Amino acid sequence: MTRPLLEAVNLAKHYPVKSPLGFKTGAVRAVDGVSFSIPEGGIYGLAGESGSGKSTIARMIMGLTTPTSGALLLGGRDIAGQAGRRAYRSKVQMVFQNPGSSLNPRRSIGQSIAVPLSGLSRRARAARIDELLGMVQLPASYARRYPHELSGGQRQRVAIARALACAPRLLVLDEPTSALDVSVQAKIIDLLTELGRELNLTFLFISHDLSLMRNFAEEVGVLYLGKLVETGPTAEVFARPRHAYTRLLLASVPVISDEEAALRPQVPLIDGEMPTAEQLIAMEQR
Amino acid sequence: MTLLSVRDLSVSFTTYGRTTQVLHDVSLDVPACSQIALVGESGSGKSVTMKAIMGLLSTPPARINSGQIFYDGEDLLTMPPARRMALRGTAMSMVFQDPMSSLNPVFTIGDQLGTILKYADRRLGRQRGRAGRRARVAEVLAQVRMREPERVAGSYPMQLSGGMRQRVLIAMALLSEPTLLIADEPGTALDVTTQAQILKLLKDLVEAKDLALLMITHNLGVVRETSSYVYVMHKGRVVEEAPTERLFAAPAEQYTRDLIAAVPRLTGPALTAATGEAARQGGGAP
Amino acid sequence: MATRSLREEPAAGAAPDAEPPVTTLPEAEPERLSAAYQSWYRFSRNPTAVIGAAIVVICILAAVLAPLITPYPSHVGAVVDFRARHLPPSWEHWMGTDNVGRDILTRVVYGMRISLLLAFVVLGVAVPVGTLLGLAAGYFGGWVEVVIMRLTDIALAIPGLVLLMAVATVFSPNLLTTMLALAALWWTWHARLIYAITRQLRSQEFVEAAETLGASTFHILFREILPNCVSALAVKTSLDCGFVILTGAALSFLGLGAQPPMPDLGTMVAGGTNYLPDYWWGSVMPGCAVLVIALGFNLLGDGLRDLFDVQEIR
Repeated sequence: MTRPLLEAVNLAKHYPVKSPLGFKTGAVRAVDGVSFSIPEGGIYGLAGESGSGKSTIARMIMGLTTPTSGALLLGGRDIAGQAGRRAYRSKVQMVFQNPGSSLNPRRSIGQSIAVPLSGLSRRARAARIDELLGMVQLPASYARRYPHELSGGQRQRVAIARALACAPRLLVLDEPTSALDVSVQAKIIDLLTELGRELNLTFLFISHDLSLMRNFAEEVGVLYLGKLVETGPTAEVFARPRHAYTRLLLASVPVISDEEAALRPQVPLIDGEMPTAEQLIAMEQR
Repeated sequence: MTLLSVRDLSVSFTTYGRTTQVLHDVSLDVPACSQIALVGESGSGKSVTMKAIMGLLSTPPARINSGQIFYDGEDLLTMPPARRMALRGTAMSMVFQDPMSSLNPVFTIGDQLGTILKYADRRLGRQRGRAGRRARVAEVLAQVRMREPERVAGSYPMQLSGGMRQRVLIAMALLSEPTLLIADEPGTALDVTTQAQILKLLKDLVEAKDLALLMITHNLGVVRETSSYVYVMHKGRVVEEAPTERLFAAPAEQYTRDLIAAVPRLTGPALTAATGEAARQGGGAP
Repeated sequence: MATRSLREEPAAGAAPDAEPPVTTLPEAEPERLSAAYQSWYRFSRNPTAVIGAAIVVICILAAVLAPLITPYPSHVGAVVDFRARHLPPSWEHWMGTDNVGRDILTRVVYGMRISLLLAFVVLGVAVPVGTLLGLAAGYFGGWVEVVIMRLTDIALAIPGLVLLMAVATVFSPNLLTTMLALAALWWTWHARLIYAITRQLRSQEFVEAAETLGASTFHILFREILPNCVSALAVKTSLDCGFVILTGAALSFLGLGAQPPMPDLGTMVAGGTNYLPDYWWGSVMPGCAVLVIALGFNLLGDGLRDLFDVQEIR
């Protein structure tokens, strides 16, 4: 095993809950003691539903918000304090969920990609934009187009090109295909796989889609209400889920073949509100 | 007996002085007590078809060029508007996709369902008092497995979770005892576990009440879970129709085959099989 | 917006689509209608917008070319011709003459000049100031937001007319003080508008994306956020031109703005009221001029809203 590129150690993020008068009355534990590590060149998947804290983890890695406690280590060094710096930005980049809103509608594709390239001369920048568009298999002429002139899949390719502009080592993919059609999704995933191999990228893949997770991630962590309830090699977790929530999640996936249906654990689906992880385990044992 | 029958429906849209045909001779049948799916990616014309059936197309820009839509032997497109209004929301009703925008945030669930029931009663010439309506609202809320129907009826939409709001929308569709339910991507906006509950609820209801269901979706998994016969749409045409099992076992059209191939499998990497390369997969494939 | 004018579409459209044959499913190409074309289509199908634009263009041209197109340019000043007092509208004097025999058409055209100058100066100060403050308050939040927005609230709570009267009694009333006083109050509306939009845009993914890419604050404010405010700003500014002109006319009607013999529309309406109803044209003609300019800007503003709407659709 190669050494880990990114490590989360007991990572937590609590948001204060305030009464109408502004007094602190409690805390929402959006992320609560999460630890995982991603080896250099690996693909780690974080699976979870809304409210699981997966987006909060992505935001902490990107330095958009700071952890309440715990630490994130990049190449063994704590990212606290360096997360806002340019040097860090050039190592860690992100592809957002919705390419419709992650690209500025008033800026051309070329202008959007050029944001991290401000240090280059005009000619070098144009050459780099051409190169990046080539990497995501778009024609160079697209640099002059605007986001609304592109299809959803093409926009996501542009977002990937932009994230690659400063040659990062870690790419955080926050539901990169959930806004896309399934056929387009397949192409984007192929592209990411190919780019990952060529550029030796490390991926943190965040998704609620377990089928996609099974096909893309080498290791997977299942998040539930801010806690990492299960983690391990993807094939293993899917074949032998240990936690009740993982089983529920797997049982809920709509599938298209009998082989897949056979893989789904037989657990009763829950009506109404989602219980806590402990209640879930108790319910299953009953 | 065929309950709903769409015959050679052609629809075009005129925007910015340009006319584009969006439906080309679409035909489909929904027999009584059957579960039919209409599946397609974005731009396939499935939503336009649904809107044409429900009479929700705004004309202009849309124009129905030719075709008939028979409900119980009567052509919806040529019947007097008053008759069509009476059918819509009573004999055929609709489960909307987005629970947030389909409910008015300033009225309670009970108020909203009560009002809809009042108008449905009026259209059908039925007499029912305030108490009768309240009882009926509680009854349908119980049918969608709300544990405390009275409390839900007194709540505002914001006080309910996404899954509960989606159930309210199903209850809304059941109010006037329809024979045909048209479901537009139900649960798409929800989490996987919640979506699974909603789909199961819909399936149980349809079977228990002998309703016909027309499920409009982009998700092939949902098609397999909820329907017995399926129409595949692509670029405004029905490209293939088959019993659901046969469609997945032996798709006849190239488009359908590609679509099915693009769906990621819970059993592991088949996603990139189209390009002839397996994903770089850490754990062993089964 | 000029840079996005009708581009040669075929060149871009005919470029080989390098979408790789990963699967045989083609990804749907979105409609290839340029934004400029769509905007122009909507604008040109909107008769009120076209009329508004025409009125504004004609008024501006007339004001700029006033010395060349008016029949009696000398009547702008303190000219007196008692033989021609109160002549009704005729071929020689399309709008009649005033109480000292000056051609009203000439004075109305010059009056427009002053009205437009007032609007451009007031908004020329208020729009940049309001925009900068609104951007800063919306993007930085915290104490910057508190200071700027409370300052805005205070400025909005000052009764404008009272302030102007006070200014006019301290300094002698003239066009410049009116402009300054109006500008001192007007920026608040723009600050609020831009603040609201910035707040909304700040949480958009493309702004976060720019932050994660290491873009500077200057870049985010002026290259990412500001371009998305342009449409709202243009609509608001156009509508405001009409309001400023109306307010300016009202002030000079009360004697607080431009002073005679300067041909201000409000002053002319006020001067004409002494001779109503017999010599109605003295008041009605400049009054109609105010109405037409203000209407033109309002219609144009509504038209611009349609023009920009299309690019917001995604």
